[in-house]
Amino acid sequence: MKEVIHTPVKALEEEEYHINMGPQHPSTHGVLRLVVSLQGEIVKSLKPHCGYIHRGIEKMCEKDTYPQIIHLTDRMDYLSAHINNHGVCLLVEDALQIEVPERVKYIRTIIDELTRIQSHQLWWACFGMDLGGLTCFFYGLRDREKILDIFEESCGSRLLHSYYTPGGLMWDIHPNFQKSVKDFIKYFRKKIKDYDRLLSGNIIFMERTKNVGHLSKEDAISYGITGPSGRASGFSCDIRKHHPYGVYDKADFREILFTEGDTYHRYIARMDEMHESMKIIEQLIDNIPAGDFSAKMKAVIKLPAGEYYQRVETARGEMGIYCISDGNKTPYRIKFRSPNFSNLGVLDHLSRGFKIADLVAIGASLDFVIPDIDR
Amino acid sequence: MDQDKLKERITALVPEAEFEENKQFLTAFIPAGKLHTAAQNLKEAEDTAFDYLFCQTGVDMTKYLMVVYHLNSTKHGHSVVLKVKADDRVNPAIDTVCDIWRTAEFLEREIYDLLGIHFNNHPDMRRIFLDENWKGHPLRKDYKDEVNIVEL
Repeated sequence: MKEVIHTPVKALEEEEYHINMGPQHPSTHGVLRLVVSLQGEIVKSLKPHCGYIHRGIEKMCEKDTYPQIIHLTDRMDYLSAHINNHGVCLLVEDALQIEVPERVKYIRTIIDELTRIQSHQLWWACFGMDLGGLTCFFYGLRDREKILDIFEESCGSRLLHSYYTPGGLMWDIHPNFQKSVKDFIKYFRKKIKDYDRLLSGNIIFMERTKNVGHLSKEDAISYGITGPSGRASGFSCDIRKHHPYGVYDKADFREILFTEGDTYHRYIARMDEMHESMKIIEQLIDNIPAGDFSAKMKAVIKLPAGEYYQRVETARGEMGIYCISDGNKTPYRIKFRSPNFSNLGVLDHLSRGFKIADLVAIGASLDFVIPDIDR
Repeated sequence: MDQDKLKERITALVPEAEFEENKQFLTAFIPAGKLHTAAQNLKEAEDTAFDYLFCQTGVDMTKYLMVVYHLNSTKHGHSVVLKVKADDRVNPAIDTVCDIWRTAEFLEREIYDLLGIHFNNHPDMRRIFLDENWKGHPLRKDYKDEVNIVEL
């Protein structure tokens, strides 16, 4: 009798079998399909299948003018929409050697950091939910609304803003902007303590994330893992520090670095980044200089023939734009080096040997945005 | 290492290398046959230590296809751009570098998918975004798609 009960379980453990996670699965955060090869519940290997929302943005860009391209970059990493826009604007401004007004630089830097905070808030919300803590999802989204309200007030939209234009901004900030941002910082400094109380020190959460999915520094560099995920492994890759743009060189902030490289430290790195972002905003918000919100630009923007590379630090890592211009108003070829695409490459390496429930935690700690992978 | 020293270093490694004017990065054309050994050397040598491939992409230059490698050294902080031409437009093939930089595995699959450049010795050379039965490679300049691409 004992044997009869034992047999099916044993067979399950010995045989390797495949399951499909996605394309419709809450923990893949979008339409990503993972073909997971399992033995029992241990992950043996994993193959991501992408392309469910591949729109050919790079091909579309070859027919679009530079101001039009900005609207497409919103739709890649929609949680870092402002920062992606910033990348294209910097590319054009550097190529044409346009000096943008100081006011624009300050506003852009503040809005970039607000973007980073709201992106990390949504990441925190989803991380908690993926591990079974539904309260996190409500807390995260509740606080994210406050930032979206600030965006709506100044940029006119909540998700796909396209607020930056080559040379400056679409229009000036709302008169309430500074007050709203200061109110938000005051509010969120209190609320982020709840985040820590709810998850960071939670014993169940720590058990599920500590020593899970360890990534060494060498692997992080080799796989090109940037952003908080790379910095949790000790890979110093913060573009804001290494190649400052905007007014990051005037702000005093820390590059968050850890050496452990496990899921828990990828979590802590993002939590600390929210504090650093608030610090940057506090230093800049009272010092926005008066002046124009845009430099004078020609009606038709043509980049001189040549090659340009511009990078910005999005909420998920290094976003690179490689542009070849033949002197026309549209680029000859444009390539977006998206951080999520590189980060996806390491998922197989990280999850091997862990349980399928750990795969969910590892995936959540890498913070994928699928439209940025597929482009 | 500054640009002049890097230039000397690459010339010593690959005498056929041709350099291109670029304000931002030192840019070198490397013959396709010598790419893998040159890349391996540039990564492993102590003085260059290019351990981070931050961008790899393909470009259709109409006359030839080209793969561009953006390399950075996290130790020394210097950068270089390597370019490799594939003259054969029908069956272009270049050696893979995914054994040197692991990030190249996905990036090369993307280039294969969108530009049709085959990478020799790649462990998993399949399309990554498009369907297996998709005809043609969309990022080529002579790609025609009357249904999805509207010509103005």
